[in-house]
Amino acid sequence: MNLLLVAEQGLNGLQLGVMLFLMAAGLTLVFGIMNLVNLAHGSFYMIGAYLATYFTQLTGSYVLGVLLGLAGTLAVGVAVELLALRTLYEREHLDQVLATFGLILFFNELAAMLWGRAALYTSIPEYLSGHVDLLPGLRYPLYRLVIIVLGLAVAGLLWFVVARTRLGMLVRAGASNRVMVAALGVNIRLMYTIVFGFGAALAGLAGLMAGPIYVVQPGMGELILIEVFVVIVIGGIGSIRGALAGALIVGMVDTFGRAFLKPALATVLSPAAAQAAGPALASMLIYLLMAVVLALRPRGLFPARL
Amino acid sequence: MKRQFLRAFLCVASGFFLAAGPAAAQQKVKIGFITTLSGPQGVIGADMKNSVELALDHLGHKMAGLDVEVFYGDDQVKPDVGTQVADEMLKKHQVNFVSGIIWSNVMLAVAPRVTAAGTFMIGTNAGPHELAGELCNELFFTTSWQNDQTPEAMGKYMTDAGLNDVYIMAPNYAAGKDMLTGFKRTFKGRIADEVYTRLGQTDYQAEISQLRAKEPKAVMVFYPGGMGIQFMKQYSEAGLRGQVPLYSVFTLDELSIPAVKYAALGQYETRIWSPDLKNPANEKFVRDYQKKYGGKLPSFYGAQSYDGIMLIDSAVRAVKGNLADKKGMIAAMRKANFNSVRGKFTYGHNHFPIENFYLLKAVAGPTPGSDPVMEVQKTVFTNYKDSYGKDCKMK
Repeated sequence: MNLLLVAEQGLNGLQLGVMLFLMAAGLTLVFGIMNLVNLAHGSFYMIGAYLATYFTQLTGSYVLGVLLGLAGTLAVGVAVELLALRTLYEREHLDQVLATFGLILFFNELAAMLWGRAALYTSIPEYLSGHVDLLPGLRYPLYRLVIIVLGLAVAGLLWFVVARTRLGMLVRAGASNRVMVAALGVNIRLMYTIVFGFGAALAGLAGLMAGPIYVVQPGMGELILIEVFVVIVIGGIGSIRGALAGALIVGMVDTFGRAFLKPALATVLSPAAAQAAGPALASMLIYLLMAVVLALRPRGLFPARL
Repeated sequence: MKRQFLRAFLCVASGFFLAAGPAAAQQKVKIGFITTLSGPQGVIGADMKNSVELALDHLGHKMAGLDVEVFYGDDQVKPDVGTQVADEMLKKHQVNFVSGIIWSNVMLAVAPRVTAAGTFMIGTNAGPHELAGELCNELFFTTSWQNDQTPEAMGKYMTDAGLNDVYIMAPNYAAGKDMLTGFKRTFKGRIADEVYTRLGQTDYQAEISQLRAKEPKAVMVFYPGGMGIQFMKQYSEAGLRGQVPLYSVFTLDELSIPAVKYAALGQYETRIWSPDLKNPANEKFVRDYQKKYGGKLPSFYGAQSYDGIMLIDSAVRAVKGNLADKKGMIAAMRKANFNSVRGKFTYGHNHFPIENFYLLKAVAGPTPGSDPVMEVQKTVFTNYKDSYGKDCKMK
C-alpha cells in the first residue's frame, strides 16, 4: 500500500515536472539564444488556456479548440516578438525586465477585459475523464496520464529538432555566437521570431493542458512562472537538457516534500513540531534546492555548452 | 522671470487655500475601503466593492446629511501592500474610517496601524484571534466573525452527526490555523490528519493522493476564493466526491459555485449569513444587488461589507455628523443599532459580533439548468460568542 502511494506521488511529481518543462523549454531557449529575459512568458501560458477554452466553446470540439488555441498562442507570440521585443535585444537586462513586466500587466488586464476577472470553468472531454487502474490499488486520473505522455513526447521531439535538424543546428550555433552566424548569411532575425513563437506555443500548450485541472483566470501564468525560473536556474540557463532535468527534479522534490516531509519529520521531531515545520519547509524546499545548486554549481546542473 | 515666479506662487497659494477650505470644515465622511481587486482573488474584492456601492445607493450617498466619499485600495493579498494603501488613506486622504480587508495576515498588519493613528478600523471579513483578544482596541469593530467561530459551528454539527476520522486541511497562514483550531475546539471525534498547504497553491493532487491513502470518513477544508475552486475541482476529478463527503468553511460560496457548478451539490458549509436568510434588510439587499449587477447573487463577503457601511452610518447619525466625537461613535457602534442583513445581533466587549451560525447546503437552483444555490438547513449556534474575549482588557 505504502509503495503504491509512493508510486502515485511519483506520477504526480512527473506530471508537475512535465508541465514545468514545457514552460521552461521556451523560456530557457529565448534566454540562451536571444539573451532576452522574458518575464511575460507566463502570459503565453494564460493566453493558451484562454484561447483553447474560447475555441472549444466556439467550435464545440475539444481537439479543434486545442489546435486553434495552440495556433493562436503561436501567432500572439510572433506578434509580440515583432512589435515589442525586437527593440529590446540590444538593451540591458533591466530594461527587458521592466518592459516584459509591463507586458504581463497588459495581458492580464486584457484577459480580464475580454473574459472577466472571475475564473473560467473548463471541463475535460468525456473520453479523457475518469481513471485508469495502472496496478491493482493504483488508480490515476486519465487526463493527468495524458499530460505526462504528451509532455514527454514533446520533450523527445524538441530534443530531436534541436540535436538532429538543420534548424536545431542553427539554433545551437546562434546560442554560441550570434554575430558569426549572422555573418555566415543566416537570417538571424527570422530565426529569433521562429524560436520565440515556438517557445510561446510550448507555454501555451502547458497552459491549455493546465486549464481543466486548475482554473483559467487572469494572472494564472505568474503563479507558475516563479517555479519555472527555479527550474531553469537549477538546470542551467539556455540548456534544453537542463530544463528537462531541472523540471523533473523540481516536480519530484516539490511533490514528495508536500506529501512525505511532515510524516518524515514526525519520526524525529515531536508531532507538534513536525506539524509546524513540515508545511513551511515543504513550500521552501525547491528554493533551498536552488540555493544549494547555485552554491555548488553556479551555472546550473547542465550549463549550455559554449 | 520675477513675474513668472509671482504667478507660480499665486497659483500654488490659491491651490492651497482651495484645498484647505473644505478640509477645515470637514464636510464629508471619508471611508477608505481596502480589499483585493487584482489577481485571482479579485472576484472577492469586486463583490465587496459592489456591495459597498449598493449600501451607498441605499443611503442616498449621505450619512447624517454629510456627503460620503469612499477610496478603494487594493492589497493584492499582501500585508506590506495593505499597510502602504492604509498609510496613503490615512495621510493623503485623511479618512475617518478604514474598512474592508479579506485576509487575516493583511488585517493583522493594517488594523493596529489604523487604530494607532486614532482612526476607526471597521473590518468586514478577516477575524484573526489576536484582534478579538490581547490586541483588541476600542477603535476596532468588525461586521464579520472571529475566524474560529465558523469552523466551531462545523465541528459542532459534525460531532452531532456522529462523524469520525475526519481529515482536515487549510492553507498555511494566520486564518488557516485559526480555522482548524476552531474546528478542533468543538469536534469531539477522531481527526485522521491535519494538513496545511501553501497559501495560494493551485495543484492539490499530491495532498489528495495522501488523503485517499488515509481512508478518512469525511473531509473538512478551509479554502477561500480561488484556492477553493481548484481544490473542489480536483477533489471531484480524483473521484473522491461521492466517496468521501466534503464539508467546508468559506470555500463554497456564491463566487465559487459558478465555477464548480453541479459538483458542489450536497456540500455543507457553516456561515452567519445566506442569501435566503429571511429578514427585510436581507431581502432588500439581495433583490437590489441582483437588479444592479445583472442577476448575480451577492456573497457573504459582500453582505458583511454592506453591513460595514451601515454600521458606520449608524455611528455618524448618532453623533449628528460630528465626526470629531469618537467617544460618541464608539458608544453608538457598540449598540449595533442598524438593520443588519444577518438579522439582529449584538457586540461583545471586544467589538466582535455575538450572532447566530447556520448550517447551509448546496441545493439545486430555482430553475432547471441554473447553478446550485446555498440554502439554510438549521441554526447550529444561537447568539454565539468567540473564545478570545477573555484576553481582551476592554470593558
